[in-house]
Amino acid sequence: MGECILKMEDIDKSFPGVHALDHVHFDVNKGEVHALMGENGAGKSTLMKVLTGIYTKDSGSINFEGREVEFHNTREAQDAGIVIVHQELNMVGDLTVAQNIFIGREFMKGFKIDDKKMIEESNRLFAELKIEIDPKAKMKDLTVGKQQMCEIAKAISHDAKLIIFDEPSAALTEKEIEDLFVIIRDLRAKNLGIVYISHRMDEIKVITDRVTVMRDGGYVGTLITKDCTKEDIINMMVGRVIYEEPKTKSQVAPDAPVVLKVEHLNAGRMVKDVSFELRKGEILGFSGLMGAGRTETARALFGADPKTSGDIYVNGEKVTINSPQDAVKYGIGYLSEDRKRYGIVVQKSITENSTLAALENYMSGIFINKSAEKKVTNQYIKELATKTPNADQLVVNLSGGNQQKVVIAKWLVRNCDILIFDEPTRGIDVGAKNEIYKLMNRLAAEGKSIIMISSEMTEILRMSDRIVIMCEGEKTGEIDIAEATQELIMDKATRNIE
Amino acid sequence: MTKKKNKLLSDQRFIVLLVIAALIIIYMIFSPEFRQYSSILSMLDFSYYDVLMAIGVTFPLITAGVDLSIGTGMVCYALLAGSLIRNQHVPVGVAMLVCVLLGCIVGMVNGLLIAVMNLPPFLATLCTCMITRGIGSMSSAVPWPTTQQDGGWFHSIFKLTFGTGRSALKIPIGFILVVALVILMEFVLNHTKFGRYTIAIGSNKEAVILSGINVKFYHVMAYVICGLFAGLAAIAYAAVVPTVQPGTGAGLELDAIGGVFVGGVSATGGYGSVLGTLAGVFVIVLLKTGLPYVGLQANWQQIITGAVLIAAVLIDVIKRRRAAKAQ
Repeated sequence: MGECILKMEDIDKSFPGVHALDHVHFDVNKGEVHALMGENGAGKSTLMKVLTGIYTKDSGSINFEGREVEFHNTREAQDAGIVIVHQELNMVGDLTVAQNIFIGREFMKGFKIDDKKMIEESNRLFAELKIEIDPKAKMKDLTVGKQQMCEIAKAISHDAKLIIFDEPSAALTEKEIEDLFVIIRDLRAKNLGIVYISHRMDEIKVITDRVTVMRDGGYVGTLITKDCTKEDIINMMVGRVIYEEPKTKSQVAPDAPVVLKVEHLNAGRMVKDVSFELRKGEILGFSGLMGAGRTETARALFGADPKTSGDIYVNGEKVTINSPQDAVKYGIGYLSEDRKRYGIVVQKSITENSTLAALENYMSGIFINKSAEKKVTNQYIKELATKTPNADQLVVNLSGGNQQKVVIAKWLVRNCDILIFDEPTRGIDVGAKNEIYKLMNRLAAEGKSIIMISSEMTEILRMSDRIVIMCEGEKTGEIDIAEATQELIMDKATRNIE
Repeated sequence: MTKKKNKLLSDQRFIVLLVIAALIIIYMIFSPEFRQYSSILSMLDFSYYDVLMAIGVTFPLITAGVDLSIGTGMVCYALLAGSLIRNQHVPVGVAMLVCVLLGCIVGMVNGLLIAVMNLPPFLATLCTCMITRGIGSMSSAVPWPTTQQDGGWFHSIFKLTFGTGRSALKIPIGFILVVALVILMEFVLNHTKFGRYTIAIGSNKEAVILSGINVKFYHVMAYVICGLFAGLAAIAYAAVVPTVQPGTGAGLELDAIGGVFVGGVSATGGYGSVLGTLAGVFVIVLLKTGLPYVGLQANWQQIITGAVLIAAVLIDVIKRRRAAKAQ
């Protein structure tokens, strides 16, 4: 193992409402693959964004190749030799593959961009990586996996000294992951420093040399991979945070009625012949890889996207749902994975958000009955233990967990009995996560029925009574919680992939 | 997949060409007047400023922005430069340069407001639209030198005249000039950094910023280019109207913007072509100047133009929905 290429010390960073990084340490050697691990929201991506100049650190020092550095944008980081392969792909869909790879540093012939040379160079890069992609294809026409490969090609073409892979395998097939590992080993042999961020324990054991674990924005420790077990890492990741007791068996009464039945649902290319049942008081987990079609299923069911075919029954009665308005009429509420875009109106108060979906119940003639509105909002603030000085607080000033509670309140005010939680704890810190879990369990015990889409295996295993697994738009399995294991779910979640 | 798409795109441009051909044929059948060479000449005369404005505004529209100030701006530049000719006896060539320069300045103001101060494009250019209209109104009506007068040479940029009287042969070289500019800007859009980043900003601005590109500069430039063409349009406008009237120009930008959308620029940015713009504007021009030949009044022109625009934007929306479904 070579000399130290990157040393980050005492890095601190706060956002409104969240202490994202709490005096974190991290270092990488040349010729090393260093894993950065932690649950969602542990601060891994934030740390890397501080490193590459996307965020500015509040305090601490970054030493790269023996020099103190502070990058102000990704360009400066790139020029110094640090490249990040992003988790959310940052590609311009309307440009071609070659144009994307060389964006910002196009080959020129006078005033004219030398597209021919860029295509040749792209082909050379792809040959080096042993992958087949047409450099002339529009980026938006590629699969997510192929787009990721283009990001990697782009990173390599930068003459990078340190490459950060931010959950590269989340959207890749087994075959593509193998290809990726070949590439990473190759880069390691060339004495590059590599940071590998992933949730997948098996990959960490296979590909990395050292592991650094983060939890709740703090640094937990660094281990040498071959000297530690999976359990060591998991213990460090989870720590002493006491979670809601994991379910070992379904909490649903055996005679609980079916409240929602979906039969042969088809919508676009991401939802293929999906059927399932949801029973009263049940939490039905939806598991699968990124792009498995879970969110698309939920959106089609909720009427947010058009359906091609399929029947929906609510409380045994066949219903037609062509719009969210219809869905809400039948008591279905949808909590989007992207709260800020679809869940709440951030610049408005808790009161205005809470009654948004049920305003007609709070009218006096043509005027909004402010006192009735205030009363019901305060009731739910109390019931859901939302932390806020008062009901007039703007939602933008609340933390992620409390924002989520406002969204839950919105649907409860609307008397929704079927709630679809799409990634209920995304972007929420660990303490608040547990509160959301408790709340979901309480809602289920009170007779609400919940569909929970989640990419976190621990969340799926902790919360679900039953688990539906999807892969590439198809339902590939349904398991009772009593029989569910991580391996079984992963096996079904990758069933359709080569 | 890609091949299929190219086919679809060429289809849309093909549709626009068909519409143009259909309009011309209909006019020729129903109006003997329209069949005369002089009608076509006059139609072309009144198309140049629309085309020039449209070439320019194609760029902001591809960035998913808009420029509403080009119509009033064009008239304002023509008035100011015209006053210079009349009051200061400035040579016509200098006045033309002034038009272009003023266009660039207003374009830069738009760009800075939008790309640096983060004002919504609609709002920023609505303000400059009002301001240029106000400044234009301060001047009095100015006729630029006519062909008969000294210095009227600038008319011949757009139309060469051989001989005199009825038998004079007039060649619309303005059309060739405009087509050359279209080809030039099509090249700029597809083969230069400026063009490529213009498309990229409209497609995914965040990704362009993360690629370390000076996005603000290129974003401002899209509006400067738009202003520059509004300045060129001012020259073409002054060359065809008898007098440039103060306080006019509002609404002219809408013909140009409408033409761009008919030509296939995506209503949400990220895709477009200048060649398409040329074709699209000619549909608008044919409706505007041609309908009176077949006896339809001004209000009908507006209604039909609006309907055509809806059809064009619907094609874009349906195309996108299909693409999204295919994914």
